Amino acid sequence: MITKEHPMTPLLRMDRIPHIWCPTCGIGTAVSCFAAALKQNEIPLEKVAIVSGIGCTGRVAGYMKVDSFHTTHGRAIPFATGLKLARPEMKIVVFSGDGDLFAIGGNHFIHAARRNMDLTVICVNNFIYGMTGGQLAPTTPLSAKSTTSPYGNYEHPFNLPHLAASCGATYVARWTALHIRRLTNSMSEALNKKGFSFIEVIAPCSTVYARRNRLGSGLDLMKFYHDNCEIKNGANPEEADIGFQSKIIVGKFVDKEKPSFIDNMHVGLKRALGDKYIPYGGDDGAK
Amino acid sequence: MKADPKGVLTGEHYLDGDFACAEGALAAGCRFFAGYPITPSTEVAERFSERIPEVGGIFIQMEDEMASMNAILGASWGGVKTMTSTSGPGFSLMMENIGLGAMMEVPCVVVNVQRGGPSTGLPTMVGQADMMQARWGSHGDYEIIALSPNSPQECFYVAIEAFNLAEKYRVPVFIMMDECVGHMTEKVIIPPAEEIELYPRRLTNSPPAEYLPYMPEDDLVPSMIIAGQGYKIHTTGLTHDERGYPVMTAEAQEKLVHRLINKIRLNADHIIHIEEEDTEGAEVVVVSYGISSRVALAAIDEARAAGIRVGRLRLITVWPFPEKRIRELAPKVKAFVVPEINYGQMVLEVERCAAGQAKTILVSHGGGDVHNPQDILEAIKESIK
Ligand code: SF4
Repeated sequence: MITKEHPMTPLLRMDRIPHIWCPTCGIGTAVSCFAAALKQNEIPLEKVAIVSGIGCTGRVAGYMKVDSFHTTHGRAIPFATGLKLARPEMKIVVFSGDGDLFAIGGNHFIHAARRNMDLTVICVNNFIYGMTGGQLAPTTPLSAKSTTSPYGNYEHPFNLPHLAASCGATYVARWTALHIRRLTNSMSEALNKKGFSFIEVIAPCSTVYARRNRLGSGLDLMKFYHDNCEIKNGANPEEADIGFQSKIIVGKFVDKEKPSFIDNMHVGLKRALGDKYIPYGGDDGAK
Repeated sequence: MKADPKGVLTGEHYLDGDFACAEGALAAGCRFFAGYPITPSTEVAERFSERIPEVGGIFIQMEDEMASMNAILGASWGGVKTMTSTSGPGFSLMMENIGLGAMMEVPCVVVNVQRGGPSTGLPTMVGQADMMQARWGSHGDYEIIALSPNSPQECFYVAIEAFNLAEKYRVPVFIMMDECVGHMTEKVIIPPAEEIELYPRRLTNSPPAEYLPYMPEDDLVPSMIIAGQGYKIHTTGLTHDERGYPVMTAEAQEKLVHRLINKIRLNADHIIHIEEEDTEGAEVVVVSYGISSRVALAAIDEARAAGIRVGRLRLITVWPFPEKRIRELAPKVKAFVVPEINYGQMVLEVERCAAGQAKTILVSHGGGDVHNPQDILEAIKESIK
């Protein structure tokens, strides 16, 4: 059947297209995989919200046609925490970048993972601050160049899946913008997972990261992923460090069951208060 | 709309200001509290953690004050009335997202039980030096509302008023307490729920296809939605248009920021709540708030006994500042005397509004204690010379 409408149209704010992302940027791929995951699961769109921070990936909230919140730098996770607790029936997804989530927002990430807060966090990791023109990120590999590490980075970067797993996330996966099918499946699994799920999407930033490090175009980076990614489901995330243009271990690393924050809150308060416990019902405290 | 009896602890109690503030919030329908421990406001959080599971609400202790502030903004979009509480250092951390609350127009209430500063300052001792921070603390141009109670009983009522104003004007509202008011224990009478009037959330009547999240109504305040109801809104801390979409132009900035400011300024007469006594015919008016307003009473009594005609004007609303009333009084009095536990903050507003028509005298105090009423008395005597 021929339709005039692009299949993603109901999921996107078409009145905001064209988007601001550069050609061959990997963020768009992450967004279309996410849209496909929502479709696959037939999740009613009114029951999904996206919360983003600041940066190139922070703009995702502005393009998806769901309740979408573009918050301050690093603060998407606590904003999402409040929203989730107030609307527990919704699926709340944090979509943001590596600098936003792990530098300025790092404290919120580790605590949300520790609490096993019922959130899905998708991090597009392009190893750099794109929006501000290519500065050092907490994920920039050793020796990679950025505008604030012009002689090559000498800071150790985060291994994001290892960080998420150690803090208690119940679902942890890493894919690249090349692994469309697997990434979509992981997003679908994460959306259906209780508690804190985390997906890292390694994605090309053609404009600043690739150019500054003379890695060619976005397409060259995709070729690099093709030749250098090793799929290792169930691998120990501790071994998934990323070096400059080194092999990238991808896969689903953690998928386990653990009571979520909301489960634990109900159980704990019910045990202590018995019938005096009135679970939150979303009312507005008025008659 | 009346309060839900579930949250109203009707009866006579002995409560400190922090607890009374928490009870006022629960009576006002607050059902979500996110906070971080900090002296001297911790008791507000403690009271919530104990009481809120019994009234159908949620308490969460966040990892810091930036998180607390964001959590209450997120939860407010989920349709619940929200609060956090803190003191100076935490208030500083909240400033970033108080700006977000002002920009996204999110109803919420922030309590600051003030202690001595700057920095860690005097954690367990009184201060009133965050009054200007409350007004100007986040970057950019915006208006907020701030209230300052002077007793546990008033903490209860001011908390209800704060929620009503937050809902009506879709703005973060501050309750600017101080350590003395927060920690003093007095009788608090909590009325029956049916005597508590609440302002409901301004939810839109438009269907999703016609709804524009930032299209103002006549009083310049737009109506709101609850996340998850199919409106699929976008909201951002960026300058935005009526659709909530980012627009990076000077015109969009002018339109938006002008409205954010005017929705408070043009409604100031409806917002402002002050207490006056003997201001008509007074030669001196003592302008004060919080604990200083109670300390000043002794000085006022003595001055009156000495034959000085002293009026009293107490700021319950501190922001927006009741400038109209000060302007009216200025040509009729010789002086305003302003005792505050700082080196001159609200006095600057009094002076601005007096515009040279009356003397404005600050009675300063660095914090850690309240004024000696004698100092206020001297200032009153000095002011009429
Ligand atoms: S700067 Fe980099 S991350 Fe940002 S849109 Fe361009 S390619 Fe993508």
